Amino acid sequence: MALNSVWVFAQGNDGTQTSFTAELLTKARSLSDDVSAFVAGDGASLAVALGKFGAKRVYSTGDLGGRLVGVAAAGAIKALIDEGNKPDLILFPQNYDGRDTIARLSVKLGVTVLTNNIDIVVNGNEVVATTPIFGGNVLFATAFTGAGPHLASFRPKSFTAQESGGAAAEVVAVPVPDAGKAAAAKVTAVHVEETSGPKLDEANIVVSGGRGLGESKNFALVEELAKLLHGAPGASRAIVDAGWVPYSYQVGQTGKVVKPSVYIAAGISGATQHMVGMKGSKNIIAINKDKEAPIFAVADLGIVGDVHKVLPKLIEALKSRG
Amino acid sequence: MKGMKVVVCVKQIPDPATPGSLDSSTNALKRDGKLILDDSDRYGVEMALQLVTAAGGGEVSVVSMAPNGEMSGMRTALAMGAVRGVLVSDAALAGSDALTTAKVLAAAIRRIGMPDLIIAATESTDGYTGTVPEQIAEVLGLPSVTFAKKVKVDGGTLKIDRQTEAGYDEVECPLPALVSVTAGVVEPRYPSFKGIMDAKKKEIVTVSAADLGVSPVGWSGAGQKVASVTQAEARKAGQVIEDDGEAFNKIVAFLETLKVI
Repeated sequence: MALNSVWVFAQGNDGTQTSFTAELLTKARSLSDDVSAFVAGDGASLAVALGKFGAKRVYSTGDLGGRLVGVAAAGAIKALIDEGNKPDLILFPQNYDGRDTIARLSVKLGVTVLTNNIDIVVNGNEVVATTPIFGGNVLFATAFTGAGPHLASFRPKSFTAQESGGAAAEVVAVPVPDAGKAAAAKVTAVHVEETSGPKLDEANIVVSGGRGLGESKNFALVEELAKLLHGAPGASRAIVDAGWVPYSYQVGQTGKVVKPSVYIAAGISGATQHMVGMKGSKNIIAINKDKEAPIFAVADLGIVGDVHKVLPKLIEALKSRG
Repeated sequence: MKGMKVVVCVKQIPDPATPGSLDSSTNALKRDGKLILDDSDRYGVEMALQLVTAAGGGEVSVVSMAPNGEMSGMRTALAMGAVRGVLVSDAALAGSDALTTAKVLAAAIRRIGMPDLIIAATESTDGYTGTVPEQIAEVLGLPSVTFAKKVKVDGGTLKIDRQTEAGYDEVECPLPALVSVTAGVVEPRYPSFKGIMDAKKKEIVTVSAADLGVSPVGWSGAGQKVASVTQAEARKAGQVIEDDGEAFNKIVAFLETLKVI
């Protein structure tokens, strides 16, 4: 049974939707003939892009003026629902603003949230979302009970984006209700950490480093190898937390999900947190000195050895090929 | 500001070093054995202790929810320097969803008395729904800043560096407020021997969900039910070799067959 109406928490800038948004809109289309996008920001500039992926209308709050998205977006969506709009399901991206909004909205609507999903289906009268647990070894499917709207968030790359060829979405301006002191947090400055080379979540080859590198300066080996292979450097949460590299390098559950052709894990043991971010890679090469490391269970080629010895030799060999 | 009250929400979880398992009748994550303080909560406890020190006084309390009266994880937080704990323990809580958890913790925080600041981790290590901190803020009508990687208090205002996809934002927020902190926001201290001994004498008040006036809780209050549990298709392990000094050649050869070099 198809759903009457599905909404997507959509994001983008400069007239282009994020790839994450395109994935969610594509999934929404498979669940309902009536798909709307909600944009916490300037939705009008995204009307054409969102329409291409099947959104019939875009609810747009306009510029939030430095307010954090979560409180403002949840308030605006609640107001739309109070006006009589009845989405059966709202799909959110599992990212910062998506998480803040789904959490605030769940309290306002008094409904549960299902997060970290990789799939969702309508099964008879039930909407069932699936999340991988235990490092992805087990798929846990949960059905919503009770009245909607059902709220679910998804990991990036859970769905393959496909254009629908739809016309520009109709833009519906929505006011942001005054949330009083709950809305008191303000962004005062924005910092973008520049990286060179291909983007981590789009690169064909990713070389990631972990604790096994020993110390911060050895991350240069990972960067050099990534550069030689025209790939992107990545990192485990352990070395991001340790401050060796910025958060934007992090691969894993709380970082980026990557699915490159080749993933090289150097000095990474393979904690659950990391594995869920890279298990979808087509080919995995792991170098780790502990032969019991969980990473070897998913590696196509595993080298039990010291990254400080293997990486320099590998780099030399690749350089000598010119 | 002089004297700051901070409440840290902590979770006691099964030791992540042991493989997780599901209860065969309910399919819930088994949490019946010994529970330890979630490692990601040590950062919040440390942050709270440092902010109280910087404020020139005040105190840190911890709140937690567990179905089985378990306190050993909370004792770790007390050993680090928190002064008291409130544990919401109630067999009826088993199966509670994130929204119910947030309502219960919010009620427990009110029971202590509204603090200047509430701190939580961004998500737990065992369940990682990742919405509870923000839900608590909404229940209490507070502003919140999630994913803080740097936290300062300056004249009653929080100054926070918040992680974003592109880098980080500087955010200002008046108190009272809720903050969720990333691992790495501060370096957590190890409890001293004296701290561990003192913690045994510190008070942990145990209350039930009914004491706090929160209902329904547990499976009946959750807007969700388990539909199915299946094994994922396992990724086949490939070849694992010991490095004899020449293993890099294997990598080169593998990259060649993949036509990426």
